[in-house]
Amino acid sequence: MLSEENKNKVEELRKRYPTTQALLLPVLWMLQKQEGYISEESMKYTGTLLNIPYHHILGVVTFYTMLQKKPVGSHHIEVCTNVSCMLRGSGKILEHIEQRLGIKVGETSQDKKWTLSEAECLGSCGTAPMAAVGDEFFENLTLEKIDQLIDRLQ
Amino acid sequence: MNLQPSHTEKVTAWKRVILPEVPDLHNIDSYLAIGGYTAFKKVLAMKPEDVIDAVKKSNLRGRGGACFPTGLKWSFMPKNSDKPKYLCVNGDESEPGTFKDRQIFEFNPHLLIEGTLIACYAMGMTAAYIYVRGEYGKWITILQKALDDASVRGFIGEKILETNFSTQVTIHRGAGAYICGEESALMNSIEGARGYPRVKPPFPAQVGLWGCPTTINNVETISNVPVIINQGWEWYSQIGAVKHPGPLLVGVSGHVNNPGVFEMPTGEPLLEIIYKWAGGIPGNKGIKAVIPGGSSTMILRGDQLEGIRMDVDSLKAAGSSVGTAGIIVMDSETDLIQVITRIAEFYYHESCGQCTPCREGTGWMFKILKRFERYEAKKEDIDLLMDIANNIEGNTICALGDAAAWPVQSMIRRFRDEFEQRVQVSHRHSVA
Repeated sequence: MLSEENKNKVEELRKRYPTTQALLLPVLWMLQKQEGYISEESMKYTGTLLNIPYHHILGVVTFYTMLQKKPVGSHHIEVCTNVSCMLRGSGKILEHIEQRLGIKVGETSQDKKWTLSEAECLGSCGTAPMAAVGDEFFENLTLEKIDQLIDRLQ
Repeated sequence: MNLQPSHTEKVTAWKRVILPEVPDLHNIDSYLAIGGYTAFKKVLAMKPEDVIDAVKKSNLRGRGGACFPTGLKWSFMPKNSDKPKYLCVNGDESEPGTFKDRQIFEFNPHLLIEGTLIACYAMGMTAAYIYVRGEYGKWITILQKALDDASVRGFIGEKILETNFSTQVTIHRGAGAYICGEESALMNSIEGARGYPRVKPPFPAQVGLWGCPTTINNVETISNVPVIINQGWEWYSQIGAVKHPGPLLVGVSGHVNNPGVFEMPTGEPLLEIIYKWAGGIPGNKGIKAVIPGGSSTMILRGDQLEGIRMDVDSLKAAGSSVGTAGIIVMDSETDLIQVITRIAEFYYHESCGQCTPCREGTGWMFKILKRFERYEAKKEDIDLLMDIANNIEGNTICALGDAAAWPVQSMIRRFRDEFEQRVQVSHRHSVA
């Protein structure tokens, strides 16, 4: 269920788009922010809210990488391993994080605190290597900076 | 982020206009203080067709990768339409090696907004959508603040500055799909669907967003428009390369001492960009290879860079393209097999799955390249790889197929020796 604040936002957005289907991504973003991921329930709720068939919503949710289909840890670390970051040592960064957290890429720690992913280019090539935690970017990474980051978030 | 070149003597001759050296320019008062929104005010007193004409004469070409003449694209829009017309500003910025639009969002968002408003006025649009990649949460916040400020000052909304012109500007957040940078996939994404590219024709100027006439321009392209209006198309068309003029945001990443985004006139020598702007190669190593314009542009050999300039014609003549001007530099010790395998993995991951050659072919290329990476490839695999790439190119709905094929084709063509060496070593491994 959307919060009252988000419901109001949706009503405002309706004025900006000629179809309700266009509100799908904005609504899914709101639900993911509220609940951490897009649940089955959320998809059904969205279908009723925007009058969109469930299969269409499922199609959209499974298409976009950033829409989480299952719960992720409270800190979702995404390490870019595309070329510009790779050339500047993202492999070592990733390895170090795996060791520190005791999880592999694609896994969530047992205490549900951490999820680790590999990301495609996030547009930080000039400050590579980099990792993102939620909306925040951590750039020009070194192993020391990774340690500090993990200690801070722990 | 570095916006400054490492050598200052020659390279600072260019006075920046897209990312000027003004502090707090994201703040509307700072932007107004340097003459912000005067281009828009000027345009409101002009005939829309004269605005399109000025953009045409400036010879501005799209900065999103295809280098299509912007004024010409604008002139495709029907003058009279019983349907609403839309502008989409493409800020999906997902081409590996590209990080320039992000600087505009952060350091000069009002320039982008002003350009958006001018484009809407020139083409008679009542709504614009700025599509920003989902990962750019921080920059969406900055841009939204700038939009709110511009609305409060009366630059956006109903009857703007007491004229009859009304338009609204909305940020649409993507959700992690490279393909949404393709213009028709972007429109589907705004419409709330999977980001599948559409078959063209019909082109967006006839049948675009919600079936209405639509123009899609890159963030940097749109940000050049106020400059053209302020300084005049005559001035603009004289900057840099004649057939591809104007300021260009060049990103340099990989093995350089001073990576960053640098604003310079088009047509600067590639080697000068690498050595003077980006500070040369760490440890004074040689250059093995350069990708000049984002990962889908054809890779160049380090020994062929002499004389190549950062503009559409020079890079075309060299067998590549200017793309998004995201230069990736690889030093003499780089394992190019690892590089091309990673690039192939990217396109495999990002293929939307609509067209068989791309959906299957990108996976096959990745799988074969993995064999090279693991020293398990045979000599025939080189030709097999080329064969697959050739069968993807030109056989898909959108350009992602080509974008996946070109890096592989150019890598084999220009660095066949690297593949052959890998095969020889693989052979020795298996014999041992």
